[in-house]
Amino acid sequence: MGVSQWVVTIIGLLLSFGIAWFFWGPKKGGSQAEVKDSGYQEADILVKGGYTPDVIVVHRGKPVRLQFLREDKSSCSEMVVFPDFEKSMMLPFGKKVTVELLPNDAGSYPFTCQMGMYRGTLIVKE
Amino acid sequence: MNKANALKHFETRIWLDNSCSAVIVEKALLSMSGVLKAVVNPAISKAYVVFDPQKTSEQVITQKLEALGAKVLDSHQDRQDCEHHAHHQTPSEEQNPNEEGSEYRELMRKWWFAAAISIPTILVSYPDLFPGVKDWLPMGSPKLWWARFVVAWLTIPVMVWSGGQFFTGMWEGLKHRSANMHTLIATGISAAWLYSAVALLWPGIFPDPAMAEVYYDVTTVVTALVVLGMAMEVRAKGRSSEAIKKLIGLQPKTAHVLRDGQELEISVDDVVVGDVVIVRPGEKIAVDGIVVEGTSAVDESMLTGESLPVSKEPGQEVFSGTLNKTGSFKFKATKVQQDTALANIVEMVRQAQGSRIPVQRIVDKVSAIFTPGVIILAILGYVIWYDFGPQPSYIYAMIVAVTTLIIACPCALGMATPMSLTTGIGKGAENGILIRSGEALQIAERLNTIVLDKTGTITEGKPSLTDVIPLGRFTETEILRIGASIEQGSEHPLAGAILDGAKDQGVTFVQVVGFNAIPGHGVEGVVEGKRVLFGNLKLMRKEGIPLADLQTHATRLADEGKTPMYLAIDGEAAGIIAVADTVKEDSADAITQLKKMGLEVVMLTGDNERTARAIAKQVGVDRVLADVLPQDKAENVRKLQAEGKKVAMVGDGINDAPALTQADVGIAIGTGTDVAIEASDITLIKGSLKGVVSAIQISRATMRNVYQNLFGAFIYNAAGLPVALGILYPFLGILLSPLVAAAAMAFSSVTVVANANRLRNFKPKEL
Repeated sequence: MGVSQWVVTIIGLLLSFGIAWFFWGPKKGGSQAEVKDSGYQEADILVKGGYTPDVIVVHRGKPVRLQFLREDKSSCSEMVVFPDFEKSMMLPFGKKVTVELLPNDAGSYPFTCQMGMYRGTLIVKE
Repeated sequence: MNKANALKHFETRIWLDNSCSAVIVEKALLSMSGVLKAVVNPAISKAYVVFDPQKTSEQVITQKLEALGAKVLDSHQDRQDCEHHAHHQTPSEEQNPNEEGSEYRELMRKWWFAAAISIPTILVSYPDLFPGVKDWLPMGSPKLWWARFVVAWLTIPVMVWSGGQFFTGMWEGLKHRSANMHTLIATGISAAWLYSAVALLWPGIFPDPAMAEVYYDVTTVVTALVVLGMAMEVRAKGRSSEAIKKLIGLQPKTAHVLRDGQELEISVDDVVVGDVVIVRPGEKIAVDGIVVEGTSAVDESMLTGESLPVSKEPGQEVFSGTLNKTGSFKFKATKVQQDTALANIVEMVRQAQGSRIPVQRIVDKVSAIFTPGVIILAILGYVIWYDFGPQPSYIYAMIVAVTTLIIACPCALGMATPMSLTTGIGKGAENGILIRSGEALQIAERLNTIVLDKTGTITEGKPSLTDVIPLGRFTETEILRIGASIEQGSEHPLAGAILDGAKDQGVTFVQVVGFNAIPGHGVEGVVEGKRVLFGNLKLMRKEGIPLADLQTHATRLADEGKTPMYLAIDGEAAGIIAVADTVKEDSADAITQLKKMGLEVVMLTGDNERTARAIAKQVGVDRVLADVLPQDKAENVRKLQAEGKKVAMVGDGINDAPALTQADVGIAIGTGTDVAIEASDITLIKGSLKGVVSAIQISRATMRNVYQNLFGAFIYNAAGLPVALGILYPFLGILLSPLVAAAAMAFSSVTVVANANRLRNFKPKEL
């Protein structure tokens, strides 16, 4: 192998590791939902190329109210699904949609678009 | 001036910041003097207030809203036609058709543009393939270079406009450190474009002039094909949710209500519980309620599947979305907005369509790692081809990487189950079968045993008095009088049959003292000073009553499918009263079909063995579990499961609830307005057992469709990826072009969608 082959090989491998780390590596702690007077733990989630924030931390046993606002035209994002709660909602473009959940058990519950491309996690703490 | 007219409607767009919640604002508004109604819907940023202008004003309400932390954006006062005011139940569905339509049209425009630019792009990329072009723009000529230069500029709007969503989608994804379909396409088409630009502008940097080829065709054709695929997907997706749109379309927009003696036409959302609603012939019923005046026939086929109109008179229930046929009547609203039976059905279908089937979870896990994995594969493919591939290795490596990125779009995989599920569950709803979740659908496909409750499921559930057999010195009238009297306090369905029968024969009832119901046995009490026992054989045995030849009569009656009940007076057998329930017209037919589908059919009943067997024989059921106490029904289902069977329990939902829950799939057979909806996995809104047949057919058809899609998507990726990476090249010399990859990718998505749409033509069929 010549020099150019070695260079391409090393760059390729570094790039692969970089990509693996970037997409699969540990992500930051997520945002904590605020607890409101109404007794709800609330968070606003923007749907645009993904969920912002995509990690929501809440406490067990208190109702959760998530407000989704979709600003993403692609039809992939038109529905949000909480598989563990058997709950789903259509998200019309540009409208706030409220999803209410009652997490009884601590754990980590994913929520995704219907095709599983956009992903977020609801982390329920004790 | 009329009071109703004096009230003012006030609608405003508001913005609720984080410090206030809708409920608090509503409560605060309602606590104000003069405010009669306040609805705040944060989802559509609207507040809707009805107030008495003599007590308060718009300004006061606005001030109050501001004080609560809600920003008031604009307002419309006195809008009588509050078509779109807050709390509208289904904003999404009503807007969807337009939203979908506009998305489809925009994608189609993008496709036409990309397709148009693709033609000159292909011509200049491969001039050798086109005889006329070959002579006009020969390879290596300055004319060809200039033609390619022009095309290079033309491809920019294709990428920016037609393919813009790939780049914005990729960027938004990258911000979340996630990769999606857009990431793959955007990387692929821009890699091809950049390579072409370098080849065009600085051909000198390539060691071999043959490498300085342009691949603008990859950019434009891939964009065009993928955009076309997306457009077809949008259109097909709209079709798959047709069922819900149909259901929502059933509810009329307005209702005529009587307020303060005046008839007003108002939006259905403004109808409140207690309103008296007027319905004329040909009108749809707006909300659920109870008829208070007038009679009519109402077509309830949309909810119950019953094709004959149902006659309605005061005291009877009417349901939102049904059609009034003949007369005019007034009814009192009992359930409005999201509480109506129709709204519940819509919500249930919607939830089910969005739910996951267990098999999908594996797909979810795969797609989470899929896209970054493909990018890494593309890079590694590049490296391997660059290092070990044939010369010019630059080109081979680039083709392999771009092809890999484009062919591996995970769309087909992601859509495989949701598309079929949405269509299948919608199909169920169209046929009066409400499937609660994708999981129920998946299990229903694998059922091998169907347990049918007898009363109300196989039979009509409306037993009637058939025989009265007195013994010895007792007369027919006497035992009917005593038997019917003691049953006055009973809630057992058979008691009703005896009471009705006795009334028809003009029997006068007498007082009962010390009435007591013994579950699973019968009743006891004191009538005219005599101790009376009335119930089944178990009761007589328990009390040690000698039955003489009564048992022969009982056996004969039971063999005829009737239920005999023994009457004992002061410890002496007095006679038998028998009732019978008619078998539903199509029960036998449905059971035959279930058996043809390879299912074992079991009958479960609290009735005695002989009667149960007689009914079972009539309808063709082979296995009978009789004399089962209500509380033991679930236990019997569990025993069947212990035999390794996948069991569906079909019951009318009230006393069968534990058994419905215990079964792998609980199927409630009812009217669709029942609480039964809550207890079951599947609800049949038509009362017929044929629904069970259809439900299983739908689940089988849907799951078959899901497996086909998953198989197709899996094979496509499993085969496409290695071929794109060039695994066949060393053996067969086959290397895919990025154009073929784009076509394959668009085709795979469209195939999945088209296959799911085949389900729309599904019709439950007679076997």
